[in-house]
Amino acid sequence: MMQALTDLGEYISSTLSQDVLAAEVLKGELMITVRLAAVQKVMTFLRDDAQCLFKQCMDVCGVDYPEREQRFQVVYNLLSLKHNQRIRVKVDTDAETAVPTVTGVYSSAGWFEREAWDMYGIRFADHPDLRRILTDYGFEGHPLRKDFPVSGYLEVRYDDEQKRVVYDPVKLTQDFRNFDSLSPWEGILPGDEKAERKV
Amino acid sequence: MGVNSEQKAVPTVAPIGPGPSQDLVIKAVADQLQEKGFVLSSVDLLVNWARTGSLWPATFGLACCAIEMMHTACSRYDIDRFGIIFRPSPRASDLMIVAGTVTNKMAPALRRVYDQIAEPRYVLSMGSCANGGGYYYHSYSVVRGVDRIVPVDIYVPGCPPTAEALLYGLLQLKKKIRRTGTIAR
Repeated sequence: MMQALTDLGEYISSTLSQDVLAAEVLKGELMITVRLAAVQKVMTFLRDDAQCLFKQCMDVCGVDYPEREQRFQVVYNLLSLKHNQRIRVKVDTDAETAVPTVTGVYSSAGWFEREAWDMYGIRFADHPDLRRILTDYGFEGHPLRKDFPVSGYLEVRYDDEQKRVVYDPVKLTQDFRNFDSLSPWEGILPGDEKAERKV
Repeated sequence: MGVNSEQKAVPTVAPIGPGPSQDLVIKAVADQLQEKGFVLSSVDLLVNWARTGSLWPATFGLACCAIEMMHTACSRYDIDRFGIIFRPSPRASDLMIVAGTVTNKMAPALRRVYDQIAEPRYVLSMGSCANGGGYYYHSYSVVRGVDRIVPVDIYVPGCPPTAEALLYGLLQLKKKIRRTGTIAR
């Protein structure tokens, strides 16, 4: 199985040597990194090539790395039922550069890309309907960005005079509590190997 | 918070359990009915009896609490025997069981459902999320307690509360109606 994945990675990167920047097998999973402009080409190849046949797009997600110059990463998870294989395709981008949409290749990517736009503000070029999908109507900001405060900016309440639900700036009566992450049981209880284990 | 209307206490008669004393009351009522053809009671008691005997909740299941709410409705706990029958329409209900996390996006819809329920109406908040935000208190998208949106009569704690807990809450609500109910609410 591992050998098959390594072979597949080599096959893909040799066939599309111009567009695939890296291919590696990590923890039994194949990952390839792709040039931004070549996303559609690579995805079409992965879907149609007889040795790949990744016909199902299981998920498209975003990742935020605030310390990087290209801050965001779009990760596509594909599944090939024919070969019983999975592959992860990664593309780096930033807040301004739009990633070419793959809705033309995988129609299921439409809502996934909307979610990535909603949560991270990653732009997708030529998406047929790039609206927010999960957050509130008129929501501002992208909640899964690392610089978004977890409590957000607005909270709702019903206003008895206006007879409708209104938005107020968020005001927490209970502040965050500081949890001590050091285990008081460390070195006391037998079988507490978790504490020793390197992450 | 605190949108609840003022409620004045109404004198009530403690229910009489099965036994000789209950038989005596039933016999007296039956005799009176036989003799005169009518029975006298206080209107408040009659109205409260009717209200508590057919408390129809509008189903507002939002999350995992709704599963426990379904358990309460199913054969094991069977709230039908208390006259509590789930209604699909707010206009046919007296009670709203808010079961689950209320998000900011859902809040206007929840208020609208509440507004569509005819008076007298009651709200039962089920679970930590509906009671006060619970696990999602610090979240950007969750209402920190459904009492910011609608007035709440009974809070049932738990995450999620067991079916027994919800049943107990409903019985407490009945008790509250019996204690505080007036013809005009």
